[in-house]
Amino acid sequence: MSEPLFDPLVWLILLPLAWATLAFVLGPGRGAWPAIAGLTAQCWLALDLARKVGAGGTAIAGPDTLMGTAVHVVGGWGAPLGIDLAVDGLSAAMLLLTQVVALPLAIYARSYFKPGDPAGAWFWPLTGFLIAGLNALFVSADLFNLYVTLELVGLGAVALVAAGGGAQQVAAALRYLFATLVGSGAYLLGVALIYGAYGTVSIATLLPLVTNDAPRLVWIAGGLMVAGLMLKTALFPFHFWLPPAHGGAPAPVSALLSALVVKASFYLILRLWLGPLQAVLPTFAWLPALLGAAAIFWGSWQAIRAVKLKRLIAYSTVAQLGYLFLIFPLLAVPGALQAGVMQVFAHGLAKAGMFAAAGVLIKATGQDTVAGLAGAVERLPVTMFAFGLAGMTLMGLPPSSGFLAKWLIIEAALAQGHWIIAVVVLAGGLLAAVYVLRVLRQAFLLAPASVTLRPVSRTLEWSAFALAAASVLLGLRGVELMRLSGAVT
Amino acid sequence: MSTGFVFALTGSILFAAGVAGVVLVAHLLRRILAFNLMGSGAFLVLVGLAQRQDVADPVPQAMVLTGIVVAVAATALALALVRKLHALSGRLELPDDVDE
Repeated sequence: MSEPLFDPLVWLILLPLAWATLAFVLGPGRGAWPAIAGLTAQCWLALDLARKVGAGGTAIAGPDTLMGTAVHVVGGWGAPLGIDLAVDGLSAAMLLLTQVVALPLAIYARSYFKPGDPAGAWFWPLTGFLIAGLNALFVSADLFNLYVTLELVGLGAVALVAAGGGAQQVAAALRYLFATLVGSGAYLLGVALIYGAYGTVSIATLLPLVTNDAPRLVWIAGGLMVAGLMLKTALFPFHFWLPPAHGGAPAPVSALLSALVVKASFYLILRLWLGPLQAVLPTFAWLPALLGAAAIFWGSWQAIRAVKLKRLIAYSTVAQLGYLFLIFPLLAVPGALQAGVMQVFAHGLAKAGMFAAAGVLIKATGQDTVAGLAGAVERLPVTMFAFGLAGMTLMGLPPSSGFLAKWLIIEAALAQGHWIIAVVVLAGGLLAAVYVLRVLRQAFLLAPASVTLRPVSRTLEWSAFALAAASVLLGLRGVELMRLSGAVT
Repeated sequence: MSTGFVFALTGSILFAAGVAGVVLVAHLLRRILAFNLMGSGAFLVLVGLAQRQDVADPVPQAMVLTGIVVAVAATALALALVRKLHALSGRLELPDDVDE
């Protein structure tokens, strides 16, 4: 246990709060450099934390050893009176992903928002509060604290979607706000029922209390919490709010939302599933898997049909989130959890890179349609290469991390005889190829002579490229991540 | 039937009514009110169920205070967005979502 003052758990929450407040005080459009400096420090902290937790040999393979290795007692008041922060392999991995995706996106956003652009006026403070909320969510160890952080993340994300937009964008933000409020309301009611049954909300205390013969109240609570979180994760058929919100927001915001925000509520489902509600929830393991399979087909189909480029990428998010829910019937083997974490990383990096690349294309062509992309390969080779690399991860081609994730899911499925899940994964990869290649084909066409592309900053192109390349290269260094998220088989 | 159970039952009914309002009503101000009804229902369950031998438990009361702060913040954001939508489109209902 390190000195409480220098505990990375605390600084991962305090640093973004500090630079967000500073950016707010500095005024509209200001605060990019403090944000980039702060995020660089956070990356280092998260890496350090991941290395420590990984070296501690925390085997999360068995659900009973789920609770953390790194613990911080806030203000010196321990549970049950005070609030504990805890980090295990799963949360360390999520923290790492959050900082690693946010830093290139911050560099990207600094060049994306021109001075005086109303869409970027409050980007920095809102992003800071959003990331503080995400980091706080990943280190929280009690159900009510998790509710508060969930709301922080939701409110920050909604404000980012609405910023500086027209009526369509504000409407998308409102639709998103109502969905996220109903989702967290259901979660809160679940927390209330659990407190009524056991008199505690601490995950560690609940773990031995909730057993197979739990009262019916607890089953209802589990159902409410998971249903609310599924709504927030935009699992089919609760995905209606995602395409307008992620497709309508400015590109850096779409990237943050698709890569990180929807993963936060998924993380929480996984946390409940493996932790306090492990005696209750796995009875219904096939329901999320069924919805996940439906999400893969429906999301891919809508992406294939989409007119707008960012709408296509947003529907691809709906499809890719489906894979995350396929792992629930497979969690008996440790490989399934690793597959889930790998898919979270693969999609997070690839989708951030893809939305960033789409932002470059929209800036250059001045329009957001797939049809308007003709000639993009010739003029913006780096950006289209980035789009292709990200697409490779979404399709699951080797050696990308997407391939690794799908491989792990198929392996876990076949080991338990659930070949139907393997079929769904393979079909989903083919459908992803259709919508990714649809974009690439259009970009390879010759541009009509009348079309001129506007020049775009190199920083934008290369930060998108860095994210997309990271999603492919992670496939080569996946062992470290798998060791972190569970014992390697 | 204990008082706690009556509170919890009322809370659940309020919550269900609130959810129905948020999902079914088109007028945005009414939807925001419905969301607040939903939150109050959850708070009532939280405080009501936690009574042991009709002695109030202070922990959920602290939680509800936090929850009220969150609900006020969410309501403020929702109202600001509704005003913005009204200023931009002159309507108090969500337009249809189109992709073109």
